[in-house]
Amino acid sequence: MSLVTVTRDSLEHRRLRLAGFALLAVLALAIPFVFGPFRVSQFTLALVYSIAVLGLNLLVGYSGQISLGHGAFFALGAYVGAILLDRTGIPYLLTIPAAGAVAFLAGLALGLPALRIRGLYLALVTLAVAIATPVLIKRFDSLTGGSQGIAVPQPGAPAWTGLADDQFLYLLALVVAVPLFALAAGIVRRDVGRALIAMRDDETAARTMGVNLATFKTRAFGLSAAYAGVAGSLFVFTNGFVAPESFTLVVSFSFLAAIVVGGLATIAGALFGALFIVFVPVWASDVSTALSGVIYGAALIACMYVFRTGMMGLLRRGFARIVEVEGSTTGGGSDGIQEAAVDADGARAGADAGRVRT
Amino acid sequence: MPTALVLALTPAACGRDDDGGGGGGGGAKADPGITDKEVKLGGSYPFSGPASAYGIIGEGASAYFKFLNAKGGVGGRKIKFITLDDGYEPPKALQNARRLIQQERVFALFNVLGTPTNLAIWDFVNQQKVPHLYVATGASDWGKDIKAHPYTTGWQPNYVTEAKVYADYLKKEKPNAKVAVLYQNDGYGKDLLGGFEEAIGGTDIKVVDKEPYNVTDPTVSSQVSRLARSGADTFLNITTPKFSAQAIATIAKSDWKPLHILNNVGASKTLVFKPVGLKNAKGIISTAYFKDPEDPQWADDAAMKEYRDALKKHSPKSNPDDPFNMYGWSVAQTMAKALEGMKEPTRESLMESVRNMDAEIGTLLQGNKVQTGPDDGYPIEAMQIEEFDGENWKLQGELIEAKTQ
Repeated sequence: MSLVTVTRDSLEHRRLRLAGFALLAVLALAIPFVFGPFRVSQFTLALVYSIAVLGLNLLVGYSGQISLGHGAFFALGAYVGAILLDRTGIPYLLTIPAAGAVAFLAGLALGLPALRIRGLYLALVTLAVAIATPVLIKRFDSLTGGSQGIAVPQPGAPAWTGLADDQFLYLLALVVAVPLFALAAGIVRRDVGRALIAMRDDETAARTMGVNLATFKTRAFGLSAAYAGVAGSLFVFTNGFVAPESFTLVVSFSFLAAIVVGGLATIAGALFGALFIVFVPVWASDVSTALSGVIYGAALIACMYVFRTGMMGLLRRGFARIVEVEGSTTGGGSDGIQEAAVDADGARAGADAGRVRT
Repeated sequence: MPTALVLALTPAACGRDDDGGGGGGGGAKADPGITDKEVKLGGSYPFSGPASAYGIIGEGASAYFKFLNAKGGVGGRKIKFITLDDGYEPPKALQNARRLIQQERVFALFNVLGTPTNLAIWDFVNQQKVPHLYVATGASDWGKDIKAHPYTTGWQPNYVTEAKVYADYLKKEKPNAKVAVLYQNDGYGKDLLGGFEEAIGGTDIKVVDKEPYNVTDPTVSSQVSRLARSGADTFLNITTPKFSAQAIATIAKSDWKPLHILNNVGASKTLVFKPVGLKNAKGIISTAYFKDPEDPQWADDAAMKEYRDALKKHSPKSNPDDPFNMYGWSVAQTMAKALEGMKEPTRESLMESVRNMDAEIGTLLQGNKVQTGPDDGYPIEAMQIEEFDGENWKLQGELIEAKTQ
C-alpha cells in the first residue's frame, strides 16, 4: 500500500493524472525537435506500429481472441492506402479512413470463424491468413506491383508549418494516434470493455449475463483490424513504399510480441511494445550482424523473465514504490522526466488495474 | 494546448544538430561525408537471408578499399565504407538508405545490391540528391531515364545487353534455333526475355515456348518438363541460382538435350553447379564480363595477382575463387576512379565524373571498358560468351558489345 492515499477520482488523483498527461504530451511533442531526421522517422514508425499493437491488444488482451494474423490487416490498410495514392488523386488524408474501413470489413469477415472456433484453432486460422498475405500480394501483381512493390510520394510538410518533412510525418502520426488511444481507453472503461473482458474470462458466464457473444466477437475483430488498417495507411506515409516483404509473418509475430512486452490488456503498453519492436532489432543488428536474430530473441526472453506482466506491470510496481518515497515531498511528478512519465502511466494503469485482471 | 506547444517549439527546429542528409545538394562548400582526409560511402547488402551468398560482393569491395587506403587512398582521402544488412528486403534497404544518408551522413551510396531493393530506394535517394552509384543489379532501369533519376547509375552489363549477346551467339552458331524459355516472373525475367525477343526479330530463330515461374514457387521442375515437350532444341534459362540448379537437375534426369543457355545471374559454379554435380552442367553456355578467378588463363595476370595478394592480406577469411569477391573488387575500383575524377569535393562533381567516364579496370575482360556519356547511362556494355567444360568456364570467341538505347 502506498503512503500517499490518493483516492481514485479525487482532486489530487485527477491533478496527478493531468500532470502526467501534460508531461507525456511535452515529451511526445519534443521528440521531432530534439532528434535528427533518421531517429524521428524511427519514432514515427513506432507510433504507427503502436496503433496496430493497440488494436491487437484490444482483441487479444481484452477480449481473449488470439490473432496471429494482424500483419495481414496492417498489409491490407497499407495496400489500400498505397493503391489509392498511386492510382487516384484523392487527398492523402482520406486514405486513412479508407484503409481503416476496408480493414474493418475484413476484420468482421475474419471474426465470423471466431464464432465457432476458439483458442489454438482460431490462432491457426489467423496464422494461415498471415502466411498467405505476402503470397497473395505477389499474385495480384497488376494491382499491387508484385514483389517490386509500390513507391508513392510521401506527404510533405505544408509550407506554413515551417516543419521539415520528417517532423511533419511524426506529428501527423501523433495526431492520428492520440484520438485512437483515447478511444480505446474509453471503450475498455465502458460497458463494451467490461463485456469483452467478461467474455475473455468466462464465455458461459458472460452469456448468462446477457452479453451477445457473436456481436461482440465480430466487432472486436473488426475494430482491432480497423486499427491495424489505419496503422497500415500511416506506414505508407512514413515509408513512401510498400512491398510484400514488409508484411511477412514476422510482422504479425512482432505485433504479438509487442503486446506482451508492453503488457497484455493495457492501453499505454502498446507504446512501449512498439518502441521495443522498432528499436531493439536495429540495436541487435548493430551489436552483431550475424547474430542479430539471436540477440533480439534473447532480449525478448530477458524481458519476459524480468517483467512478466510487461512494461506496464513493471511501471505499476515502480509507481507504487515511487509514490511511497516521494509522497511526503512532491505533489505531482515534477521531479524529472522519468518519474513523471511513470506517474502518468502508472496513474492510468492504476485506474485500469482496478478493473482488469492481468 | 498542443498547438501552442508546437508553435513554441518550432524555432528549435533550426537548432537540430543533424538535419537533412543532402537537402542542399550542390554549392561551393563541401557536401556531407567528405573532408580532405576521408570520404564516407554507404552500402546495403544481403548479409543474411536466402540471398546472403551475394553478401560476398560487399566483402570484395571492402577489401579493395582497404587495399587502396593502405596505399594512401584517393587524392589523399581514405575511403570509409559503411555496409548494412538488408536481407534482400526492400523495406529494410529503404531503412538502411535513410540511416546511411541521414544519420551516418555518407557522401554517396555505393553498390546497393538487388533490383527490388534499389527500386525501393531510388526515389528517396534522388530526392535527397545523394549519388546512388554502381548498383549491383543488371536491370536496364538504371540507365534508361537518367534525367528522372540523375543520381542513380548501374554498373554491370544490363539484362537487355546480355540478351542481345545470346541472340548474337545463336545467329552465328544456330541460326534456326527453336528456343524454349524459362523466366522469372518479375522485372528482371521480363527485362531479359523482352530484350531477347526484340533481338531475334527478323531472324530464323523462334521462341517456341515460354514458361514463367514466381520466386515464391517451391520448384520449377514442372515448367521445365513442359518446355522439354515443346520440341525446342535450345533452352534459354533466365533464373536465379536456386531455380537454375533445379532446372539443370531436371534436364539431367530427362532425355531432353538442348543447347542450354544460362543467364549470368545463375551461372555460378559454387552456388549452382556444385550442388547439382559439375558433370550435369557440362556444355552450358553463359556470358562473362570480368575475369573469372578460377580460369587458369589468368594465373599470371597482373591484375589477378594484385587481387589475390590483397585479398589474402585484407580479407583473409574470404575465398578468392568466389566470383562475387571479384565482382566487389572490380566495382570498387570503378568507384575509386569516379572519386579520382572529381574536380571538387561535391556530390555534383562526383556525378559529373560518373557520367563522363572512360576507364579501364584491370580485372574486367581484356578490352572491356567502363564508358559513360551524358546520354549513355550504361557503364559496361560488352560481354563474352563462355562455355562450362565440366570443370571451369572457358571463354569463347570475342568480346561482344551490345549497346542499349
